[in-house]
Amino acid sequence: MFGRLSPQNSLVEDFWRLHQELDEVLGDGLSSLGAIRSSPRGTFPAINVTQTPAEMQVFVFAPGVDPKKLDVSIQQGLLTISGERQIPVEEQATYYRQERFGGEFRRAISLADEVDPERVDATYRDGILRVRLQRREASRPRQIEIR
Amino acid sequence: MSTHFNEVTQRQSDGALAQARGRTAESAMRAPADVYEDQEGLTLVADMPGVSRERLDVRVDGDKLLLEGSVQFELPEQAEALYADVRSTLYRRSFALSRELDTAQIQATLKDGVLTVRIPKRAELRPRKIEVKGP
Repeated sequence: MFGRLSPQNSLVEDFWRLHQELDEVLGDGLSSLGAIRSSPRGTFPAINVTQTPAEMQVFVFAPGVDPKKLDVSIQQGLLTISGERQIPVEEQATYYRQERFGGEFRRAISLADEVDPERVDATYRDGILRVRLQRREASRPRQIEIR
Repeated sequence: MSTHFNEVTQRQSDGALAQARGRTAESAMRAPADVYEDQEGLTLVADMPGVSRERLDVRVDGDKLLLEGSVQFELPEQAEALYADVRSTLYRRSFALSRELDTAQIQATLKDGVLTVRIPKRAELRPRKIEVKGP
């Protein structure tokens, strides 16, 4: 489904559509256009955000992180994911390449108002942390029956 | 010291793999990697978050080491993307191996989205300490 965002058709088109969707749904919270808490591209960990009428899901690409060292918190409509990834260094070895991120990290995501901060669960599997946030019942789209 | 482990350029590897498989490639992500060497061999560590063992492919083809993995997202049908740093579901990386490496003895492990590949040097080519005997 993220394939929809890959440059299959037109990268530029997708790019602008993405920004439009972001601005519509999240305001400036997540968009790289002007969000005060946004991170530059390539920041560890990468994140993807999806939504359905019932929930919002945040995928955090954090391989090799001890789940005990991950902290997920919600405060005043801001979801914060922080933690530390320790990369052991082989003292006796000669390094040719060190591209992997090591150290402390933090990402922050502004949530839409209708997310219920009491109904959140997080799981870590194959290096991806998945945070599921339920929308409040009242804010879910409803079909209005026409009589 | 000569370079033991040259990265095959993305252009080369993309072309070769796409041709070999006859698919129009979803543009693959370059898995960030660390490479280090000790007396017995080389170790490659690559980040491939979301890749499970079943979806990982580590192969040696001639003198090339190919790493490929695909990500599986568990998403509800109606899900729409709001934001995506990750816009592909495919990781790919390839390296050219040099001759003193024993490709038959390569071992790979995957844990929490981190792939570790150990490539030992051929036993006969490992550095040996020559004992100097007295008169």
